[in-house]
Amino acid sequence: MILFDHVTKVYPTQQRPALDDVSLEIEKGEFVFLVGPSGSGKSTFLRLVLREERPTKGQVWVLGKELNRLSNWKIPMLRREIGTVFQDFRLLPNKTVAENVAFALEVIGKPSSHIKKVVPEVLEVVGLEGKEGRRPDELSGGEQQRVAIARAFVNRPMLLIADEPTGNLDPGTSVGIMKLLDRINRLGTTVVMSTHDSQIVDQMRRRVIELEGGHVVRDQSRGVYGYAR
Amino acid sequence: MRASFVASEVGNGLRRNLTMTLAVIITVAVSLALFGASLLVRAQVTTMKDFWYDKVEVSIFLCSKGSDTPSCAGGAVTAAQRDQIKSDLESLRPLVEEIYYESKTEAYERFKEQFKNSPIVGNVTENALPESFRIKLADPTQYDVVASAFQGRPGIEQVNDQRQVLDKFFQLLGGLQLIALLIAIVMLVVTVLLIVNTMRVAAFSRRRETSIMRLVGASNFYIQLPFLLEAALAAAVGALLAIGGLILMKTVIVDGVLAPSFQFTAFVGWDAVLAIAPVMLITGILLAGLAAFFTLRKYLRV
Repeated sequence: MILFDHVTKVYPTQQRPALDDVSLEIEKGEFVFLVGPSGSGKSTFLRLVLREERPTKGQVWVLGKELNRLSNWKIPMLRREIGTVFQDFRLLPNKTVAENVAFALEVIGKPSSHIKKVVPEVLEVVGLEGKEGRRPDELSGGEQQRVAIARAFVNRPMLLIADEPTGNLDPGTSVGIMKLLDRINRLGTTVVMSTHDSQIVDQMRRRVIELEGGHVVRDQSRGVYGYAR
Repeated sequence: MRASFVASEVGNGLRRNLTMTLAVIITVAVSLALFGASLLVRAQVTTMKDFWYDKVEVSIFLCSKGSDTPSCAGGAVTAAQRDQIKSDLESLRPLVEEIYYESKTEAYERFKEQFKNSPIVGNVTENALPESFRIKLADPTQYDVVASAFQGRPGIEQVNDQRQVLDKFFQLLGGLQLIALLIAIVMLVVTVLLIVNTMRVAAFSRRRETSIMRLVGASNFYIQLPFLLEAALAAAVGALLAIGGLILMKTVIVDGVLAPSFQFTAFVGWDAVLAIAPVMLITGILLAGLAAFFTLRKYLRV
């Protein structure tokens, strides 16, 4: 699903590499936590997977494609198979819940008959049935994140990237979001999630990849957030 | 591709950025109107050249009593000199197309006709006007051949080319056209800069939408299309206004003021307006489209 082969990423304005000779593989169907302090390279890792950045050295394989050799006009096709969720939800404030989800389908040219069918379905999956007509500012943080997840999942992507999805949510709400991501994972989508939330990681007991200073310092199946705890 | 979605995006974009859109429309209209005007002046010059070069003559004025140029030292032209000039002119055919002799009497009749409303007629007698040969050249640019053959010959006071007078006038028009064209080019550059800036603002104010579009895998074309259409639409509206201005220029200035006052010459017809209008429309849309395209390539990267 994802393969990093001796990947180094140095940003032009910085001397120290954000990722330093990272090699790892994530299999289809896995649920992976990416942990580590700020600046450890988590975001760079995710940006490389989304091909928002190119590696300075090494190869990144996503969904069977080597991203260095992927031409620019094919990048949108890659991103259609990857769902993305962020800490700040990234919803359109002037569109309703249903319109926000539909927007993702409209801009990739899906016919409206298809949109009318799948949007209610996915809103039911994330538990937002009955709130289709609300605007984001009428929803709680947890509900907004559910909209974002619905938008990411509406195309049934092979891979879901979640960059600190619970970073803005209280612990109770976070549990609900994690249950949802777990459910999506069980439906067959690979999930890669970066997080600072030790409780969540400890509870879920899934694979943990810990980054520090651009190196993988731990890669553990069924891991916890950190040894010290 | 969903046309209704793109259309609503374009509509929203134009409304949200209304002041900038208006600014683009106005600059496009003004610059294209100037551009069109300069093309219209050029068409006018061409029309007048066609009209006048067909009519211009070379005049060979013969010496009369009291002429004080050196070639007239021998007094008024003699009948032998006149016949010699006439046969020399005949020998210049086919360069010389028509030869027409105008006597003092005929010259005076024509003079009276031309200045019939002026008191000057009373002061001029038949004798004050020179007799002349009027020559029409097959190719008006070959004037020098005639001039060098006859200028300064005894019995000839002066060789005059009407075309030279006209050329000065055409040069003036040409200068006006050049100035209009230069201003139009400056204005078009300003328009391009304004469109670049408008697109930058539009891309910035919609960065949320475009970043989400990128995220969910919308193609570049799909992301940029609403912006391109907005620019093209604003330019098209501006161009149509400019074309309206051009039609107004033709109706009010050319047909309304110039044509009735200067009936002796030809003015541009509607065919010229019809030829210029699409040029203006295409220039406007192409310019806006290209400016927008290159700006967006920079601001809406994958």
